[in-house]
Amino acid sequence: MTNQDASYLPIGMPVPRAEADGLSKPYWDAARKEVLLVQRCAGCATWLWGPEWICHACHSFDLDWVEVAGHGRIFTWQRSHHPVHPVLHAAVPYISVLVELPQAGKVRMIGNLLGDPAQSVEVGASVDAVFEHHDEVSPGYTLVQWQYRD
Amino acid sequence: MRKRTLRGQVAVAGVGETTYYKHGQSPDAEFKLALQAILAACADAGISAKQIDGFASYSNDRNEPSRLAAALGIPDLKFSNMHWGGGGGGGSGAVGNAAAAIATGMADCVVVYRALAQGQFARFGQGDVGAEVSGEDAFTAPYGLMSPAQKYGMRNMRFMHEYGVARSALRSVSMASYHHAQSNPRAIMYGRPLTEDKYDNSRWICEPYRLFDCCLENDGAAALILVAAERAPDLAQVPVYLLGAAQGSEYRNGAPCHNAPLYGTSSFTTVAPRLYEMAELSAADVDVVQSYENFSGAVVMSCVEHGFCEAEAVNEFFQLENLIAPSGKMPLNTSGGNLAECYMHGLELQVEAVRQVRGQSTAQVPSVDVSLVMSGPMVTPTSSCVFGSAATL
Repeated sequence: MTNQDASYLPIGMPVPRAEADGLSKPYWDAARKEVLLVQRCAGCATWLWGPEWICHACHSFDLDWVEVAGHGRIFTWQRSHHPVHPVLHAAVPYISVLVELPQAGKVRMIGNLLGDPAQSVEVGASVDAVFEHHDEVSPGYTLVQWQYRD
Repeated sequence: MRKRTLRGQVAVAGVGETTYYKHGQSPDAEFKLALQAILAACADAGISAKQIDGFASYSNDRNEPSRLAAALGIPDLKFSNMHWGGGGGGGSGAVGNAAAAIATGMADCVVVYRALAQGQFARFGQGDVGAEVSGEDAFTAPYGLMSPAQKYGMRNMRFMHEYGVARSALRSVSMASYHHAQSNPRAIMYGRPLTEDKYDNSRWICEPYRLFDCCLENDGAAALILVAAERAPDLAQVPVYLLGAAQGSEYRNGAPCHNAPLYGTSSFTTVAPRLYEMAELSAADVDVVQSYENFSGAVVMSCVEHGFCEAEAVNEFFQLENLIAPSGKMPLNTSGGNLAECYMHGLELQVEAVRQVRGQSTAQVPSVDVSLVMSGPMVTPTSSCVFGSAATL
């Protein structure tokens, strides 16, 4: 699913880039194609997030990037009112959610909850991933946002 | 085999602080503040600063031991120690590290210090990221999640959800700090009492935190002089002994992008049991508590994990009357702490814990023998320590 609105937060927020060592590059490249990737150990099948070089369970360095469905549950949340970045002065409040993915070992991902920033937020509620493309910078990047499942 | 413990081996000989300022109000450079606090602690102990042979700090304090030792004319620098990890999680850890150096003979007189002039450097309450971010920041900052209040608010909200914690528990923590600050002339918020109405009507920073749930941003410095326990009775002050110190965090607490398995914790679930084991006591033995308030809700979590109340009983236990000196069940943050005395990155809590054992607090609890400090909840590594009177040895 693609975010049809321009973006949840204003243009000018920090731009995500893969590290110089390339650890998270597969994730960011896939997000451009609206594919959600998570790491899984090729040795013992443990799911990992965020990106790491080694499996914490078996110490294998052989980690696969696996496509997972963009379905999750809200694990926790917050509503920010105090602007922590200059471009946010006209954009508060906004909602951040931590979403767990039951189909991927309950790994958790941060995103925004799309929709009314004043809406109530329910821990445990089902949400779907929404890909938010940013082409205002070059190269562009894509954020993974979340919205309540219909 | 000899028992490995710090219990009773090291004493706090002196404590010192600068004047505490609102951020940006210090007339002195941060390094000068560090020197002032160290000299004040030496004066309190009745020793010359030239007797210091070790330095311990935390959170990447900018005032390095080699420069301090040169500036103070220290003849022989024997111990130069930084507790890794950001935030105030190293406050008690630095005390433990200093004590370990003394107990093992690496140094004889170690100063634990922290100097912070947020007015001269970056403020903690603003996001500190560039136009491009990578690593873990790439998965949080573009979504507007940058400040400590936001990062830890997520964990705190989960804890509140799991145990049905009411906002009144958080308010009681803030009210207790402000209550104690009203009898402390050193406190930034001295003469500025907080009422329930004022709290309830204060602006949101990020839910679950209102303005008064969040620590201050200040300029100042604090220091403690530690020596071997045998030396303490010869010094100027009533000796205060370290009974235990512990640091760390539970399994994979630092897992990236908010993936710590035990998420709704303040990171003390393994630290607190180790602390009590070394100190050979339990929460029931503690007379007074200093608990680092980055955010009020984190104090609630810390106290639960240190065994002062069950998580399910938080709403009943965290009533103002239980938290205030002299007669509350758990007198808390008796100088005003990070919320109302000064955000000296939590080291003012160690200073206050020592004062309570000496009987010198402005909100004194009667006959304190055991005085506990919890440092930097929800960060990793975090730490805590316990001080005791001679009667506890």
